[in-house]
Amino acid sequence: MVHWTDAEREAINTFWAKIDHEEVGHQALTRVLVVYPWTQRYFSTFGNLSNATAIAGNPKVRAHGKRVLDALGDAITHLDNVSATYAKLSQLHSEKLHVDPENFRLLGETLIIVLAGHFGAAFTPTIQATWQKFLAVVIAALSKQYH
Amino acid sequence: MTLSAHDKELVAKTWTKIAPKAAQIGGEALGRLIAVFPQTKTYFSHFADHSASSPQIKAHGAKVLGAIGQAVSGIDNVSASLSKLSELHAYNLRVDPVNFKLLAHTLLVTLSAYLGAEFTPEVHLAWDKFLALVATVLSEKYR
Repeated sequence: MVHWTDAEREAINTFWAKIDHEEVGHQALTRVLVVYPWTQRYFSTFGNLSNATAIAGNPKVRAHGKRVLDALGDAITHLDNVSATYAKLSQLHSEKLHVDPENFRLLGETLIIVLAGHFGAAFTPTIQATWQKFLAVVIAALSKQYH
Repeated sequence: MTLSAHDKELVAKTWTKIAPKAAQIGGEALGRLIAVFPQTKTYFSHFADHSASSPQIKAHGAKVLGAIGQAVSGIDNVSASLSKLSELHAYNLRVDPVNFKLLAHTLLVTLSAYLGAEFTPEVHLAWDKFLALVATVLSEKYR
């Protein structure tokens, strides 16, 4: 079980309350698809992903970004048991979606960059460290059922 | 993954914007590295204070970003621009190359924090590629 200090729980929950799931999810997923274009291979049914403008304007990208952030919310409400919370999602990513777990890391890093863009100086080094720890826990949980 | 003309243009434009705050940005990027990846402190054990908020860390971060600025000016031949630093890292500092990626990440985070919406996905892409190139050049002579 992961140990969270009160300060860490506070940092995660306070920022989560201020995050617009759709907007942040959309920006994070857009950035992943633009900065790491090979990730587009997982979204062949999404239509036009031919350039940054198309990706940013794509409604399926927006919807999926929100979905990802909503799922992140589940982890936040179950901080003391992210592994169990994500067991089914992990299986899904492994057995149905066949997502290379490296992509979880890319999305995690990108999300941190988006949060920094939104919150500026308020996203302090200490807060960043907490969020990176949280995302590392999420990534471990998502990768757990791979075999 | 080579830099396109457009990538180079975006990197140069960003640099012009951040140049007046380069020292702060470099200092913050290195501070974030220490905070988020505490194992990197091992390279600064000779500093009296190697915490994330240390003035020595901040000063060193400013130096690092200054060197990156040199690479921006010589973006058509980063290998030549950073040749001495490449030797320094290979023979003296021997910083494990994995850390270049970590610093690239905290620098992107810092740029995002300072530039907000101006740090567009395309600017992010250009800098991600450019910093990867810098990392490659710095580890070029390791073995």
